[in-house]
Amino acid sequence: MDLLSFARGPALQWSLVILVLGLAWRLAGVLLQPQKRDFSAPRSTATVAGAWRMILRRMWPKPEFAAGSAVGTGTGYVLHLGLFVVVFLAAPHVVFVKGLLGFSWPHLPNTVVTVAGALTLAALIAMLAMRLASPVKRLLSNFDDYFSWFVTAAPVATGLAATAHFGGPYETVLAVHILSAELLLVWLPFGKLMHVFLVFLSRGATGAAFARKGAAI
Amino acid sequence: MSAMRADRQGDAPDAVRVERAMKSFVKDFGRTAAIHMESCIHCGHCAQACHYYEVSKDPRHTPIWKLEPFKQAYKREAGPFALVYRLLSLKKPVTVEQLEEWQELLYDTCTMCGRCTMACPMGIDIATLVGQARHAMFAAGLVPSELHAVAERAERDGSPLGATPKVFRERVEWLADDEDVEIPLDKPQAKVLCTMSSVEIMKYPQSVVATARVMNHLGLDWTFRTDGYEATNFGLLSGNTAWQKDMSMKLINAALACGAMLLVLPECGHAYSALRWQGANMYGKALPFRILHMSEFLGEMARSGKLRLKPLKKSATFHDPCQVSRRGGAMQGPRDTLAALGMELREMSSDPGMNWCCGGGGGVVTLSRATEMRHKVFQIKMKQVDATGAEVLVSSCANCRLSFDDGQAHYKWDKKVHSLLEMVADQLVED
Repeated sequence: MDLLSFARGPALQWSLVILVLGLAWRLAGVLLQPQKRDFSAPRSTATVAGAWRMILRRMWPKPEFAAGSAVGTGTGYVLHLGLFVVVFLAAPHVVFVKGLLGFSWPHLPNTVVTVAGALTLAALIAMLAMRLASPVKRLLSNFDDYFSWFVTAAPVATGLAATAHFGGPYETVLAVHILSAELLLVWLPFGKLMHVFLVFLSRGATGAAFARKGAAI
Repeated sequence: MSAMRADRQGDAPDAVRVERAMKSFVKDFGRTAAIHMESCIHCGHCAQACHYYEVSKDPRHTPIWKLEPFKQAYKREAGPFALVYRLLSLKKPVTVEQLEEWQELLYDTCTMCGRCTMACPMGIDIATLVGQARHAMFAAGLVPSELHAVAERAERDGSPLGATPKVFRERVEWLADDEDVEIPLDKPQAKVLCTMSSVEIMKYPQSVVATARVMNHLGLDWTFRTDGYEATNFGLLSGNTAWQKDMSMKLINAALACGAMLLVLPECGHAYSALRWQGANMYGKALPFRILHMSEFLGEMARSGKLRLKPLKKSATFHDPCQVSRRGGAMQGPRDTLAALGMELREMSSDPGMNWCCGGGGGVVTLSRATEMRHKVFQIKMKQVDATGAEVLVSSCANCRLSFDDGQAHYKWDKKVHSLLEMVADQLVED
C-alpha cells in the first residue's frame, strides 16, 4: 500500500473513529457532571434566550475591550473564516466529501481558495508570533497551544503546497496533506481545538445563568 | 515578579493541605464549572479587563491564570482524560508551594468583580471559579490571616466588625434617641425585615437611621431583628461554605420567625450575592419571601410613586457595585431612584454592567498587605468618575464606600461618594 492509499484508507478511517470516540468521551465527561439545582428565585426564566444572546454577543468584543482585542479578534476572524473557506469550499474537499458521504455542495474557484489559504496561514503565523511576543499569552501557553497550532497550520501549508505542486511529487505532497488533516482530526477532541464545540457550551452556560439573574451579558 | 509570603492557618502537613484543597475543589464541581475549566483557549483577552493587571502589567494577574493550579488539578483529577494525564504524568500534582503562591492571586489581587467574564470570548465565568478556588484555599488553611480573622470573628460573634447583637441593639436605641426616629427592633411579626452590614453599623450608622426614615415614610410594617441583622457574609468572601451557610441562615430564620414577606438587604454588594442568589441554595429550597437590595427596593418604591422626594437638581454619576449590578442584575433600581431625585445621570460607561470595580471588594479592603495595590487600582476608578464631570458621586454599597473613602483620603481627591439610601432619606418629603 502506498502512502496516498494509506492516507485515503486506513488512516482516514482510524482518524475518524478516534475523532468520534474522543468527542463523545470528552463531551460526555463534561456534560454528565452533576449540576446542582438552583433554588433562588429567577429574575428571568428566559435562560435559553440568554444562552443564545451570549453565544452571539461574544462573537465580537464589547466596546470597552474593542481596542485591546482588535488585533487578536481581527486575526482570529481571518483565521476562522479562512479555515471555513479552505475546509468546506475548496473543490477537492467537496469532491472528497462526496466520495465519502455521497452528497456535495457548491465550491469556490481555486484562486479564491488559494488566497484564503494564504491568508489563513498568514493569520496563523501572526497568531503564533503574538503568542510568543505577549508576556500574558506566553505565560498561559502550554504544549497544547503549540501543538494545536502545528496541527492546524500543517494541513493549510501542505494544502497550499499541493495546490501549487510544490515540495515534491504531487502524490506524496497530497498524501502528507491528507495525513496532516487526519492528525488534526485525531488531536481535535483532546486539546484546545475542542473549542469548536465548547464555545457553544461555555458561552451558553454563562448566558443562561446570567439571564436568570438579569446580570450583564 | 515574585509572590508575597503566604499566610497559613493550622499546622496540617503540606500533603494534607493539598489533599483538602483538591477534595474541596472537586466537591464544588458541577457541569458548568467543568465546561468552563475545559474551555480556555489561552487568548489572554481577560487580562485587559482586570484592574490589577491594568495597573501592574504583571502577567500573573491575568484573571484566568489565577486559576492555573485548579485547572491543573481538574485535568489531573476530574476531567474526562484525567486517567491519561495521571498515568503519563502529563499534569503534575499540585503542590502546597503553588497554592501558597496563588494566595495573593486569589485573594489580594481579585475582587471577584467579574469584569473578566465580560471580556472572555469563550464566556468563561472566571469570577465564579475564583470563588470555588477560594473554598479550596480555605480547606487547605491558606487564607490571608487578616481575612481569616475577620471571617472567624463574624462566625463567632455574629459580626466581622464587632457589631454583636448587644452592640446592634445599643446602637439602634442610641440612634433612635439621638436622631428622634422610630426604629422598630425585634418585632415578633413584621411584613418587612430590614438588615444592615456591619460596615454601616460601625462606620456609617446614619445608614441605620436612613433605613428607618425611608421605611417609616413608606408606612411599612417593618423591623430590624437582633437574631438576623448582619448581612455581610465573610464566609462567602473567605471561602468557608459552612460559615457562609450559618450567616445566611441567621437572616433566613429571622425572616421566617417574623413572617416577613420581604427581606431588604443593605447597601452591600456581596451580601446581595450571598443571600439573593445563594441564600435559597443554603436553605435547600425556595425561600417563602422576596429578597431585594436596598437600591432595588428604593427603585421599586420610586417607580410606584410611594417615595415622595424633594428634587436635588444636580448631575450625578452612579458607581455600580459589581455584585449587585454586573453580577447581580439589579441595575435599574438606583437609576430609577436617581431619576426620582431629579438628578441628571451621567453614566461612567455605556453599559452599566461594564463599570470598573472600586478595588476593595471580595474582602480585599480587609487586607493591609494589599493596600498599596488597591490604591493604585483605585486610580482607574477616579479617572472614570472624573471623566463624567458629574457633581455628585453616588453608590449603593458600604464596602465600596469604605474603599472610596480610603482612596479619597489617600489621594486627597475632591470627590466623596454618597450613599443612595442616605440621599433618599435626606430628601424625603415629610407631611
